[in-house]
Amino acid sequence: MTSTGTHDGSLEQLKREGRIVVVGASLAGLRAAETMREKGFAGSLTMIGDEPYEPYDRPPLSKQVLLGNAVADHTALPRRRAIDADWRLGVPATGLDMAARRVELGNGDAVEYDRLLIATGVRARPWPNAEEGALKGVFVLRTRDDGEGLQRALAAGPRRVLVIGAGFTGSEIASACRERGLDVTVAERGDAPLVGALGGVIGAVAAEMNRENGVDLRTGVMVTSLEGDPSGRVRAAHFSDGSTVEADVVVVSLGAQRNTEWLSGSGLGAGPRGIACDAGCRAFDVRGIVTDDIYVAGDVARSPHALFGYQFLSLEHWGNAVAQADTAAHNMLSVSADRRPHLWVPAFWSSQFGVNIKSVGVPPMGTEILITQGSLAERRFAAAYGYQGRLIAAVTFDNCRWLPFYEQQIEATAPFPPPFSTVDRRPEGTKPMPADFPDPSVPTHGPTITLSGYSPADRKMTFTPGR
Amino acid sequence: MRLVVDLNRCQGYAQCAFLAPDVFAMHGDESLLYNPEADPAQREDVMRAVAACPVQAILLEITDEDMANMVAPDAVAGAGSPSGGAR
Repeated sequence: MTSTGTHDGSLEQLKREGRIVVVGASLAGLRAAETMREKGFAGSLTMIGDEPYEPYDRPPLSKQVLLGNAVADHTALPRRRAIDADWRLGVPATGLDMAARRVELGNGDAVEYDRLLIATGVRARPWPNAEEGALKGVFVLRTRDDGEGLQRALAAGPRRVLVIGAGFTGSEIASACRERGLDVTVAERGDAPLVGALGGVIGAVAAEMNRENGVDLRTGVMVTSLEGDPSGRVRAAHFSDGSTVEADVVVVSLGAQRNTEWLSGSGLGAGPRGIACDAGCRAFDVRGIVTDDIYVAGDVARSPHALFGYQFLSLEHWGNAVAQADTAAHNMLSVSADRRPHLWVPAFWSSQFGVNIKSVGVPPMGTEILITQGSLAERRFAAAYGYQGRLIAAVTFDNCRWLPFYEQQIEATAPFPPPFSTVDRRPEGTKPMPADFPDPSVPTHGPTITLSGYSPADRKMTFTPGR
Repeated sequence: MRLVVDLNRCQGYAQCAFLAPDVFAMHGDESLLYNPEADPAQREDVMRAVAACPVQAILLEITDEDMANMVAPDAVAGAGSPSGGAR
């Protein structure tokens, strides 16, 4: 036998007749299941999802679906292969018994596992006032049903749409509204759109982009209440600056919450910031001890990344879900010496107002920014983020072909400011400036990367040493 | 016929928008929009687009339903019904 671990009889048995349960039937869950089968897993595979639909793709929901170019119920993900799974769709997991190795379901059933993969992702953060959030015409956008409902509401030709929160999703919704010729107001608590994800320098560009495209952008304000008419339909929103905006469609776009409540009391290290795991996707229990049989992947996972100071990164990125699922699935079917770390370089994209925005690395970690190529004014540029003399991230606006270059530089821990010159460097790109991220203790809407274990806003935390 | 484009890989070469314009469209200079469930009539065009993508960013699955619509039933029986995805 070779050193690939085939001498491990229990692993061979797991592959032949084991029971693997995947909780979360979306992108990460599906790709993990495919990888398991590709690696020769022949045992039973159960896929549990709280939505009644087979895995579907979400990015189109805030783009082509809202534009009417695609239909929300036509976004089912293509399969790389058949996975021969027992699908439990439309039923949420409600509990985990780690000792009995059993997942409890909302319909009273329970499913036993030898290996468990948790990929329950995130959900849209609802409007904090439930009564106002329930008014007709108030939407969030996360699921296929949300996308379909919002698309219908936009197609009906509302007089004004109000988008609360100018992160990526909010900005994409505003962009789609303008493209459909609808009047739209965007309310953002921060100083600019995208400021939490990309900082104030880039946020200023995004603000210009919104305004030039006819968005009524209000920054530095909060929506304090939504007002309905007697029939229970939303008609207006009241702002913290005393103003009122009349709107018949309101989209609450205030980021996401991780789906971990079902694990409370289970003993797994799960909380509002996700499920902590090691670089090999194995979940920690509440004592910080790594589990042998429980793995996590996708938006709900938080794992340490050597390239970013071993901070626990929690990434709401499409590519992360695919890559982490692949690694988790590989490791679930491997002996320890064959396990791989999940060290994917964070990357995301957005498309709004006809501009292609892409990023690699961890921009919010950057303290400085340098426009390395092109110009902010032309909205075609590449910008590099610096952190303690290192290149830590890059963002491009309509300049995506350069991104792989910056990714290599980040992986090689290249210095910042970059000592090399670049094509199309302008005078504005000769001196780094502050990247201008908001104080992290004041949450803004939009960052899709959570940098560390606990938010600096969690001031009620006290550490009590154990025995 | 289901498809998804890995937009991390996509670099806006627009080959797909040229070869299958009813399914893929550029939005601005380099953003790509696509219909994730294209009409079976577009199958040939989409397969050409998949093959032409310089960064191989398009994942396509031809479903059993598509096959049934494309080929006469008796021909399918002889071919051995494929299930699941084909790249």
